[in-house]
Amino acid sequence: MSAVPAVAGGTATEESARRRAWRRGWYRFRRNPAAVAGLVMVLLVIVAAVGAPLLAPSPESAGTFVNFAERHQPPSLHHLFGTDNVGRDVFSRVLFGYRVSLLLVVFVLGLSVPFGVFLGLLAGYYGGWVETVIMRVTDIFLAIPALVMALAITAALTPSLLNGMIAISLLWWNWHTRLIYTTVNSLRNEEYVEAAKLAGASDAHILFRELLPNCVSVISVKVTLDAGFVILIGAGLSFLGLGAQPPTPDLGTMVAAGANYLPEDWWESVMPGFGILFAILGFNLLGDGLRDLLDVEVS
Amino acid sequence: MEYFFFIVRRLLWSVLVLIGLSVVIFLIARVVPGDPARIALGPLATAEQVTNLRHKMGLDRPLYVQYGRYVSGLVRGDFGQSLLTQRSVASDLRSAFPATLELVLVTIVLAMALGIPTGVLAARFKDSWVDNVSRVLSLFGVVTPSFFIALLLQLLVGYFLHVLPVNGRLSPGASFTPDITGLVLIDALLRGQPAVWLDGLRHLILPAVSLAAASLGQIARITRSSMIDVSRKDYVEAARAFGIPDIVTTFKYMLKPSFIPTLTILGLEFASLLGNAFLVEMVFGWPGMAAYGVRAILHKDFNAIMGVVMVTGAFFVLVNLLIDVLLGTFDPRIRIRGARS
Repeated sequence: MSAVPAVAGGTATEESARRRAWRRGWYRFRRNPAAVAGLVMVLLVIVAAVGAPLLAPSPESAGTFVNFAERHQPPSLHHLFGTDNVGRDVFSRVLFGYRVSLLLVVFVLGLSVPFGVFLGLLAGYYGGWVETVIMRVTDIFLAIPALVMALAITAALTPSLLNGMIAISLLWWNWHTRLIYTTVNSLRNEEYVEAAKLAGASDAHILFRELLPNCVSVISVKVTLDAGFVILIGAGLSFLGLGAQPPTPDLGTMVAAGANYLPEDWWESVMPGFGILFAILGFNLLGDGLRDLLDVEVS
Repeated sequence: MEYFFFIVRRLLWSVLVLIGLSVVIFLIARVVPGDPARIALGPLATAEQVTNLRHKMGLDRPLYVQYGRYVSGLVRGDFGQSLLTQRSVASDLRSAFPATLELVLVTIVLAMALGIPTGVLAARFKDSWVDNVSRVLSLFGVVTPSFFIALLLQLLVGYFLHVLPVNGRLSPGASFTPDITGLVLIDALLRGQPAVWLDGLRHLILPAVSLAAASLGQIARITRSSMIDVSRKDYVEAARAFGIPDIVTTFKYMLKPSFIPTLTILGLEFASLLGNAFLVEMVFGWPGMAAYGVRAILHKDFNAIMGVVMVTGAFFVLVNLLIDVLLGTFDPRIRIRGARS
């Protein structure tokens, strides 16, 4: 699909051209089974997270509820994913666990994407020492493995869900800064930017009304793929005991806790693990589908 | 000659990165509330004991002095003392790091040895069942959390099938210390102990496979797509037109250029590899930096934490430098571009 460049203030024909491009895009998207599967999976995760109190067979399992009579029950019709070591319904906990996962995604991306994109815009557009300072700091953060950085930052703070989210956000903005920086660099010399400059547009206008809208497809793809990876890293952190603390139903923490009861009561670890896999797979397929659709290069 | 300067600049940049990393972590560790001395002594310590320990640890000096003392120690190879083990962090790391290193090395070899051929085959038989199966497997390798793969392998292969061991580097009672290089696979051979070598290998398989899964998948995907891109190039068509056998075309004309993107990806993959190594080590009880680091974090053992972060960071930076040099060797364009920039 040839991208209709987002130019500020379109005419009527440009508006309907964009709408037609959207519909074409949607038809193309529908023909990609993997992408549609990804979309369905992501929607399921969102529905599960939002509707957990209503959908969970045993909502009290998400908290400090105990039912020692039904500990360590294998998966059955009554308990789809079995019960854990204090008798809580694992399926309900997984549904509530999705709340924590999505909260993580929203928090981390909600903070780091605007911040990172803003810095990337500045660095790419202004160049000079602004670019040098911003990109050098970004490079330092990017030069270290993400999980190690997150571990180190969480180490300095007390392990908790909030601090885990802060740690991941602190290193996540760098990816978006780098991405927007390279994108803006290539867009900087486009004709519409020159035209805007000649027309006397302010820097702010050029940044936010000319350059930013043209970064939207790149950002969308990256954000979708990021959601999966944020969940992955978050799960890793909580698996190590550095994220959400019990009794908060976090999928990574559940896998770690359930690991104590392997191999007999395997479902307590394996089911939350599949829950994590389901969410990451969904976001990944969706992101890949979006990337194929929008024909973008996301490094 | 210009390439030499490029390498030197990359080297200096790596050093700068490590300095920057140390500053960032140091600041976060020291600026955050929580008194390490009080935590080390426990809640029953008197104020006087805490003040004494603070003075001994140098915590009452200004921040830049503390940092200066730390860096001068680093340069001498002194990471300070671990609050937990009461030994020098350096000696703790000297036993923990080789374990992680061995796991990571075996993983990389495995990932490339399996990933590249898979990508080549998938590209060669594009859109056939070979291609589809390998693409699905690669995808699952990438999206499944490494600790989950580790857990599943542990369950299926270790517990239910009883084929491979699931814990540690060697069987209990093996009484062998790899004291030459720190790597069991090498030291066992050097000391002429094939039984130990086999034992070590058996303990390495599951952790290495779990760790390799993600990178394997990514390498296979990248190799496949770059092979497909290369196969459309003119010189490949020309080679085929000349009647050069397929095998020669594949390996000589197509694989070599495809190697560049794969090598580039390897640098990025190595980052997630190091991170995932921490997770896999915890699942398999691998006596590497993960257990040491995580324990240090939970006990706020700052010297140990800094030690683990700095060593991991240095290792990562070094490997990336190596990859850049390799890339320059393989692709003359990068050499020239790098020299010009």
